[in-house]
Amino acid sequence: MLEGKRRTPVGSVFRSLQLKSMVDLLSSFNDPINADAILLKRRQIKRVLQEIPHKTPVRIAILGGSTTADVRSMLELFLLKAGLEPVFYESEYNQYFEDVLFDNPALRNFQPNVIYVFTTWQNVTGFPPVDASPEEVDAAAKAETDRLRTFWDKIRSQYGCMILQNNFDIPLSRPLGNLESVVPGGRLAFLNRLNQEIAAEAGRNPLFQMVDIHYLSAKVGLDRWFDPDYWFSYKMALTPVASVYAARSVASVIGSLYGKAKKCLVLDLDNTLWGGVIGDDGVANLKLGRETALGESFVAFQSYVKALHRRGVILAVCSKNSPEVAPQGFSHPDSVLQMADFSAFYANWDPKHDNLAAIARDLNIGLDSIVFVDDNPAERALVSAQLPAVAVPDVGADVSRFQYILEGHGYFEPVRLNRDDNQRAQYYEDNAARTDAAAAFADYGQFLASLDMTAEIEPFSAVYMDRIAQLTNKTNQFNLTTRRYTIAEIEKFAQDPCCITLYGRLTDKFGDNGLISVLVAKLEGSEAVVDLWLMSCRVLKRGMEQAMFDRLVDECRQRGIASIVGTYIPTSKNGMVEGHYQSLGFEPAAGGEGCTRWKFQVTPDYQPQNRYIARRKLT
Amino acid sequence: MDEQLQAKVQDIFRDVFDVPDLKIDRHSSAATIEGWDSFMHINLVSAIERAFKVRFALGELQSLKNVGDLLDLLQSKIAKASA
Repeated sequence: MLEGKRRTPVGSVFRSLQLKSMVDLLSSFNDPINADAILLKRRQIKRVLQEIPHKTPVRIAILGGSTTADVRSMLELFLLKAGLEPVFYESEYNQYFEDVLFDNPALRNFQPNVIYVFTTWQNVTGFPPVDASPEEVDAAAKAETDRLRTFWDKIRSQYGCMILQNNFDIPLSRPLGNLESVVPGGRLAFLNRLNQEIAAEAGRNPLFQMVDIHYLSAKVGLDRWFDPDYWFSYKMALTPVASVYAARSVASVIGSLYGKAKKCLVLDLDNTLWGGVIGDDGVANLKLGRETALGESFVAFQSYVKALHRRGVILAVCSKNSPEVAPQGFSHPDSVLQMADFSAFYANWDPKHDNLAAIARDLNIGLDSIVFVDDNPAERALVSAQLPAVAVPDVGADVSRFQYILEGHGYFEPVRLNRDDNQRAQYYEDNAARTDAAAAFADYGQFLASLDMTAEIEPFSAVYMDRIAQLTNKTNQFNLTTRRYTIAEIEKFAQDPCCITLYGRLTDKFGDNGLISVLVAKLEGSEAVVDLWLMSCRVLKRGMEQAMFDRLVDECRQRGIASIVGTYIPTSKNGMVEGHYQSLGFEPAAGGEGCTRWKFQVTPDYQPQNRYIARRKLT
Repeated sequence: MDEQLQAKVQDIFRDVFDVPDLKIDRHSSAATIEGWDSFMHINLVSAIERAFKVRFALGELQSLKNVGDLLDLLQSKIAKASA
């Protein structure tokens, strides 16, 4: 199931094109990003990126309050680069509000997966007068947020898709000078207030993501963000350069919604997490701590990494070091990171690409879920060449820049901090313990029995919709059809009497694996056709697929269904489930293009196939 | 007329239109170059602005009839900037 050293599509495309210049072209995407080059060579870049096979299609409607052509064209590049194949709908100039509020067959027929509302502070219609009383400002803020809410509610009821909404950027001019955000009627004070409302909506609405252009306008710098000539001549609320930054951020969010976010940060040790070489200098002489500028910059980077870990990013170490000496660095009194923070720890003298492959195997994740940070350019080059799927940012050699460069890439963009995300790092540590335990058993069945597994397998229910959607959109390996559905579509399946929906949740003696499997079958006459069946790889080879199937057969028998039809649609990542239906006792069936079809007769004497997982029934 | 300038501007046209052998002369215009629509026009102008570190003021571009006018305007801006 692991990709091992297999080349990724990206790497093979570059080799087949034999175009080093194309690789150079794409280096414009490194951080700091070369916006000028991307804008100038956008058509060439697009041609190259379009060659990468197996992309996930996504339909995006951009509803703009200003000219959106540059944003669309840049967003297209960043999404292609993230492995998505976007199709766009663009509203007419400044028709974002009307496009949603009034019946719009064009947008309806487009069937967007994502609606991106590209508005800026220029679209605020009801600024209060500068000398407004607090009550008048309250009323103006309420009018503006009511207008937005009507708009979002309409999107939700009419389209049921994910909404991405810009908050408001900072205006370049300040008629009130330093009082802009002090006086209640100040323009900035008012925008800050609206931004809080948008953030609050993002916090409570699972179908809503905020794009923080307030932050981006400050990061890019307002003089580069906004240009009055572009505004008056072309009605562009952002300069072309600013569009690059906005598009990069939006693409990270959309990528993350579609499961393209990275999961694991693998770190080198010497001169990456601390200054100096632990094997030569000893723990006491490492540059780490508040005494020197350099020591402090390593503490700062460790703190950043720790913050990522708290948020659910898995950490691992891959370092050329002696396995006895390396861990001692984390006993340094100023080390923010502790040994317990790492889910895998490889300190040895083997090539780093071998260790990275081992880390992927241990943690049961794909190489394309890994980001590798090393201060040594030779190691970085070797890893990129050997394992093109691993993201290896050019972090340079200055540790004080590492966190900003990492962040610029948007690798770990979180779309929601749900309980599962926070706990994910814990799951992977538990998984490492399970792998250790497996080694001690002679027979795999004996090992499975020892895990004391209990599963909850039930029809979709409201509390799990978020997680079901998340898993549906990011699972690539154990996924028979790789169909992506929005949360709204998933809610529809749950209510449809002609659908069997099942989720699976698995607990074992090492911990709770959470909700890890999803199955949807559509009833067509006497057949149940499996539309979706996927499972997180962290519970692979545990008998969970058999347990899910047993329950599906049960459901079919209750409904008098005679047979179950399964389809396997191959992708570059789901080779592991090619034989899935065969192993469950399905017979090959005719039909299907670009896929294999399978059939299973539901008989009264069906014997459950799961032997190791107890069922927990919900009462 | 500075031939080097024309060559540099031609490179920008080639990148923006993604046509490696595109040739421009002083008479080239939106009517003679395929695909020169309003969006490509903005791309061209902003790419030239960034490449030569110049700014075209509001209204300056409206009066240009062809690439020759554009080159003359650009030339005068570069001369002013280096003066």
